[in-house]
Amino acid sequence: MSWKTWSLKKSPWVFHVNTGACNNCDIEIVDCLTPKFDVERFGIKLVGSPRHADALLVTGGVTAQAAPRLREVYRQTPKPCVVFAVGACACDKGIFASGYHMVGPVDKIIREIDPDAIIAYVPGCPPKPEAIISGVVKALSIL
Amino acid sequence: MSEALQNMYWVVIFPGFLFTVVAGFLVSWLVRKVSALVQWRVGPPLLQPFYDVIKLAGKEILIPQNAQKTVFMAAPIIGSAGVLLLSTMLWRITIGNSAFVGDIIVAVYLMVLPSLALILGSSASASPHASLGTSREMKLVIGYELPLVLALIVVIIKSGGQLNLAAISEQTTALSISGILAFLVSLLCIQAKLGFVPFDIAEAETELASGVLIEYSGALLAIWKIMQAMMIVALPLFLVMVFLGGFGISGWPLVFGIGKYVLVVVLLILIKNTNPRLRIDQAMKFFWVHCGIILVVAVILAMTGNIYGISWL
Repeated sequence: MSWKTWSLKKSPWVFHVNTGACNNCDIEIVDCLTPKFDVERFGIKLVGSPRHADALLVTGGVTAQAAPRLREVYRQTPKPCVVFAVGACACDKGIFASGYHMVGPVDKIIREIDPDAIIAYVPGCPPKPEAIISGVVKALSIL
Repeated sequence: MSEALQNMYWVVIFPGFLFTVVAGFLVSWLVRKVSALVQWRVGPPLLQPFYDVIKLAGKEILIPQNAQKTVFMAAPIIGSAGVLLLSTMLWRITIGNSAFVGDIIVAVYLMVLPSLALILGSSASASPHASLGTSREMKLVIGYELPLVLALIVVIIKSGGQLNLAAISEQTTALSISGILAFLVSLLCIQAKLGFVPFDIAEAETELASGVLIEYSGALLAIWKIMQAMMIVALPLFLVMVFLGGFGISGWPLVFGIGKYVLVVVLLILIKNTNPRLRIDQAMKFFWVHCGIILVVAVILAMTGNIYGISWL
């Protein structure tokens, strides 16, 4: 394991992208930062700019409006980076699958611009904070 | 030749770069840990700041298309150089008696360099968020420089016109009414210089998406993080030297010196954790009107005390 991967596992900074989620997954993500779960124990920090981020937490099946923004945010994230599709919508459009405005899911949009992107899926509507943390741990262990 | 080597050693290894950065990482861990404890969390492990910087150094550096590349890349180095020089100077004055007349003025100048570098770097990055952050940082610098200089004037009056940090740190200025007023105000100025919460207006993560630093990534961001780590060593040390009687080299004075330093840092952290962010106009008003009036009173008290020989005023 190179020092880059090792240090990435020690301090993954995440940027939160909402691509048309109903806010449930977003609340669960913010829950991970609360005293009960406290992901800062593992060096995980929510940052304000995609240029500082190592992981993108994407919530919501991607709407037509959000797709170009998601691509732009992915391009702005310095590589290596991991994309997390958090929630049923982000994984597979969820209950909005037949919506006319849905162009997702997240992996399809990201793979259009980077076929080799590392994408992890955390299903659930919304996923529990435990599930999100477990997803992050699993994704980091296969890096 | 040997003198040049000696100077290199001072700047690069012992009181300079290596020592300051390691100490700075430990103190920034302390900041995060105490903040976590205040919020009933566990907080990050001891080596977290090291991991962060190593990781950032291994990441891709993205430079915005319209950025002025030279200035964009030079700015973090300029800022770090300023703080490095400040830290080396302060430690050398403490340890090696290399004080000179007017070093307090040099220190004031060097303390502006990091903010100046932030302004340069963010305005070179061609980002609207960064330019908003730049304008806020400029206003903040204009805001806190006035009370800081006034507070130092109080100290200089109390010390009988000394412009020498070694001579100033022989007395404990904070043990008088004007001294404690000046100390409290300059604590808040240091809070603003470090960009800690009530005055993190330029970085404002929730509105400006980390403002001045928004376009920095990879190793350049790592240099900014190193600069911030060095600042949290140098600036409280400056306060300790100017107001609280300085550091000793050995024995009890050294223990007391570390105690004073930790006291200043913990005060900064507690202010950081118990206050919401101010708007830029509130911060300007706070520094100029409220702190300004307090310091004018402090200057008058100090001069009265000086003329009539009352040391507690």
